[in-house]
Amino acid sequence: MIVQKTFRRAIQTAAAAAFLATTVLSGIAHAGPTLDKINQRGAIKVGVGTTPGFFAPDSNGEWQGFFIDFGRALSIAVFGTPDKVEFTSSSPQQRLPALQSGEFDILLSGVTVTATRAFKLGFHFGPTIFYDGQGILVRKDLGVAKAADLDGATIGAQSGTTGELNVADFFRKTGKTFTPVTIEDTGQFIDALESGRVDAITQDSSDLVGKRTQLKNPDDYVLLPERLSKEPLAPAIAGGDDRWLELVNWTVNATIQAEEWGITSANVDEFLKSEDPAIQRFLGVDPSFGNDLGLDPKWAYNIIKTVGNYGEIFERHLKPLGWERGYNSLWTDGGLLYSPPFR
Amino acid sequence: MTAALSRILTTLRSGLFGTRANTLVTVATVLLLSQVVPPLVRWAVLDATFGGDAAACTRAGACWAFVAAKLRFILFAFYPPGLQWRPALVILLLAAILVASALPRLWGRPLLVAWPLTILACWLLMQGAFTATPIPSNQWGGLPVTLFVWAVCFAAATPIAVLLALARRSTLGGLRTFSVLYIELMRGTPMVGILYVAMLILPMALPDSLSVDKMLRAIVMVTLFWAAYIAEVIRAGLQAIPPGQSEAATALGLGYWRTQRLVVLPQALRIVIPGMVNLAIGFLLATSLLAVIGIFDLLNAARASAADPNWLGFYNEAYLVVAAVYFVICFGASRYSQWLEGKLAGGRTCPRTA
Repeated sequence: MIVQKTFRRAIQTAAAAAFLATTVLSGIAHAGPTLDKINQRGAIKVGVGTTPGFFAPDSNGEWQGFFIDFGRALSIAVFGTPDKVEFTSSSPQQRLPALQSGEFDILLSGVTVTATRAFKLGFHFGPTIFYDGQGILVRKDLGVAKAADLDGATIGAQSGTTGELNVADFFRKTGKTFTPVTIEDTGQFIDALESGRVDAITQDSSDLVGKRTQLKNPDDYVLLPERLSKEPLAPAIAGGDDRWLELVNWTVNATIQAEEWGITSANVDEFLKSEDPAIQRFLGVDPSFGNDLGLDPKWAYNIIKTVGNYGEIFERHLKPLGWERGYNSLWTDGGLLYSPPFR
Repeated sequence: MTAALSRILTTLRSGLFGTRANTLVTVATVLLLSQVVPPLVRWAVLDATFGGDAAACTRAGACWAFVAAKLRFILFAFYPPGLQWRPALVILLLAAILVASALPRLWGRPLLVAWPLTILACWLLMQGAFTATPIPSNQWGGLPVTLFVWAVCFAAATPIAVLLALARRSTLGGLRTFSVLYIELMRGTPMVGILYVAMLILPMALPDSLSVDKMLRAIVMVTLFWAAYIAEVIRAGLQAIPPGQSEAATALGLGYWRTQRLVVLPQALRIVIPGMVNLAIGFLLATSLLAVIGIFDLLNAARASAADPNWLGFYNEAYLVVAAVYFVICFGASRYSQWLEGKLAGGRTCPRTA
């Protein structure tokens, strides 16, 4: 972004070296489970990024955003209050080594789940909380409704990213032509589009939605529905603490399950009177379920009461930026969100 | 009155159009300015929005309302707004000690005592000492962090640098080799690499029970890194002192340390002050690299301030504010350096370096 090309390369080299050293040393230094450290410290250390809507500080210096609320939910699951969590911004180059070194207990920074990260780097991933993918933002006056209709368009992509390769693959598949324009700095995408130097730009759709709102006339541009790549963003933790992983899993699941049942922060108290045994278990009306898990029986109730269900979190932070639910709808609405049963 | 005016005009004419080359440069500059200034004025003043919220801002002009809303965050980042007087006081304290250190007539023992005390006071203030809730360093940010890291690291690195410079000129082979290796290793490493070591390697090298604050780790590593650069500048000063000085001191019966402390260093350090100020300016700008390990220095805070969905994308305005702050400090330091050079060169205490 603001870093120069050579500088970025220096960072990557340094990060790679640090990472290598980390993997060599980590076997020696870290044996204690993450959750012990969290309890001892009295706070969860969360690595985040800075993308509008997902994680950004507000004018009072409070972190706000979609991923931030999941961090607060975790704090409730562990400590019963939403504020025992420290958010620290970390760059994409250093976040994984930092997680490995124990600087963070969890990354809620939009890490894409990949096989290499799971197998070779030894990270565990919680449930996907955001299904992202590479999108294409085009000028409306092109009259294009889907990506397959794009023919002969000039498309801006960030140099050196997988996005550049994905778009080439896509056009090879559709058999249409396009002219690639590589853009070095992410801030220049808007200028390129507004000046008419490119007809369309391609990046992860989470970036494109933010960029669209920064355009002079956002309504003149449209994000095409196709996704050229799969970018499932999930919480990432270091291997070696199964209980911590399960806490992360079921905290996310609780927000999804609550939405499925229609439980919101506003009506959760009415659901306490529900006759449904599953809901009674979920909300801790029947405390034996929570006690069996070794959790505060009210943990799910507290999460929903404080941060709300998945849909509420989405509406609060991403809807104002123009996000549609899309893949991030419940399975019952044709989306991909599905919580295993709470029993 | 008219005589003065015509004198000014003559000076201007000879300065701007005196020779053919001057005329060419003048015309080219005016042409360039005529292209650059009007759009800039239109953006910054005529089309700008000075109040209201983000909705009131058009993308055509600058949104100074953004700066008004976000200035607190850019300056103090995550520090609790209720306790904001603490980082504000830190800025004042650091500014006071820097100004005091800049005045030659205050150079002396009291200043050497004042420095560690000021640093300690700043650290306690930032930490939220004597309040119910301590402020962890991940909530520090903005200008106090930039100034604090800069001042502390530079102040702590200087004594180390003096020892390194002396060691590099030492006749003890082992000591000299160590100093050379250290300095070359540090100068051959990018600062980003040093910060990664502070962030990632140090926590693993330390035992689990001993967890050192990230800010402190960064400060320690940056201090060690800067010491190598300062040491080379100081070595240049040491080399400028003619050997006759220390030979004379030895002849008077002074030992090594007293020779250095009373004869060599006072002269050498005076010579290198402009070089040190030069380094200090570079180091101030280098503190923005702290962003790569997630510390919210001034620049990083400004960048984050434009990611707020309520105030999305006013990067130009945010960066302009930060540029102005950096410029004021750096310009002040560089003018000071010039002034000091002149003063020391003309002063009676000037060492004969010939």
